[in-house]
Amino acid sequence: MSEAFDGGGQLPAAFMNPGTSSFTELLGAVAPDLLPTARELPQGTTGSHLTPEATTIVALTFPNGVVLAGDRRATAGNVIANRDMDKLYRTDEFSAIAIAGAAGVGIELAKLFQVELEHYEKMEGRSLSLEGKANRLATMIRGNLPMALQGFVVLPLLVGYDTDRGQGRIYSYDPVGGRYEEHDFHSIGSGAVYARGALKKLFAGDLSEEDAAVAAIQSLYDAADDDSATGGPDLHRGIYPLVDVITEDGHRRLPEEDVARLATAVVEERAERPDGPRAPLR
Amino acid sequence: MSMPFYVSPEQSMKDKADYARKGIARGRSAVVLQYDGGILFVADNISRTLHKISELYDRIAFAAVGRYNEFENLRQMGVRLADVRGYAYDRSDVSGRVLANIYAQTLGTVFSESAKPWEVEIVVAEVGEDAASDQIYRITFDGSVVDEQGFLAMGGSAEQVTTALKERFDKDASLGAALSAAVHALRHENGEERDLDSSGLEVAVLERGRHEHRKFRRVTGDRLTSLMQEGSASVGSQPSQDSAQEESGSGSDEQQNGS
Repeated sequence: MSEAFDGGGQLPAAFMNPGTSSFTELLGAVAPDLLPTARELPQGTTGSHLTPEATTIVALTFPNGVVLAGDRRATAGNVIANRDMDKLYRTDEFSAIAIAGAAGVGIELAKLFQVELEHYEKMEGRSLSLEGKANRLATMIRGNLPMALQGFVVLPLLVGYDTDRGQGRIYSYDPVGGRYEEHDFHSIGSGAVYARGALKKLFAGDLSEEDAAVAAIQSLYDAADDDSATGGPDLHRGIYPLVDVITEDGHRRLPEEDVARLATAVVEERAERPDGPRAPLR
Repeated sequence: MSMPFYVSPEQSMKDKADYARKGIARGRSAVVLQYDGGILFVADNISRTLHKISELYDRIAFAAVGRYNEFENLRQMGVRLADVRGYAYDRSDVSGRVLANIYAQTLGTVFSESAKPWEVEIVVAEVGEDAASDQIYRITFDGSVVDEQGFLAMGGSAEQVTTALKERFDKDASLGAALSAAVHALRHENGEERDLDSSGLEVAVLERGRHEHRKFRRVTGDRLTSLMQEGSASVGSQPSQDSAQEESGSGSDEQQNGS
């Protein structure tokens, strides 16, 4: 921000000039050191042990919208770094992201993406389309590629309600910024394979909002069952998965008491049948 | 080499100020006032997309009159500055006072250093935890800042609008009543009694009690129409002598119809 101190009585040109509505571009011009991805790292070293890993995230659509849920655990190697982490971020009225991977970078990236969307909305007087948001996030993940190569891999899952189409949509990403639209359901993070296996059996096209939330909690339970880095519902401490719902009325986080009720029911049911609900064989 | 004529600094500043004042008075007015739930902004603006009132940050909004390209530039600058500060520190660290100061610096520099002053007058308002901590700053074309209390009008024939607004202003009024006071004031522009309906108004509020972190909300469409009816009904039903006297003008028929 050296130009900021040149005594002209005016802010740097980047603040005044018309043009970009992107907050990331603005920050790159006026305060690049604040960008989470603009780090020069020495080659050939890995620093991934320096920040904990955020683990399993699931998302599924239902007729009125989309549900996003995440477990609460962050791990550093074999140590549980955090039991009650919040990996879900409301990014605007009709979208949310969740992060898996290097937590320190991921949280910054989620925060930047939130400001990016809000900044665009304020500058232009209207929100980005859901496709636009998905593409913008892809660019940001691509910007993190040098860090990813050093071990700081961050993967987001973007969900949103497409107001034009009237449906919930899910986007997943790879570390080079590849953007993939997922249909019906998806999961990311260390327990993703187990969660996706469960969702495959639990998903139906006609789930209610609460049923979709239960399916998400069941799949997270299965992920925690088989993946040591994923935390299940902790009834003793009162730590439950977080569940966000986005519908045509906008984004809403399910109240803790509702999730507690659903999660307790799931845990009690597992006392009867530890492997969870059975899908019909044919 | 020809020498330019000598113009004294006093004369040059006076010319610039006259020029800017004339430009600002040419447009329509806007008013900003407190009501029981926050701060209300009303501008006489037929455009649905070229706004005179905008959101700057969570609790801070911007209103302007004058040349569109100039205040739009200032608005964008404010949004950028607020977002960078909020990202670098914390959302709660962005304040209306800082933005007002930077606007004042910018306008002051433009006024003293460039040949043409900017023909704008802007307001930066921040809704606080309670009515006493609300802040309303008026920044004029030469960079002066005024910390306004309660209400203000700017642009067009601001003095007449201010006088009309003063008659009806009540900081504990409901949103409908505050809107009615604002519309009453805007009707008195240029001493004329104009008809203003919801299609010619740009209305927005900073709502203190809003659950979301962003307190700014535009009031449009059906909600605006019903608020305007509600406001004129509540004014019409007030048994106060003052309002009865005021309404003896041509506005009275409409007030009675509304109630």
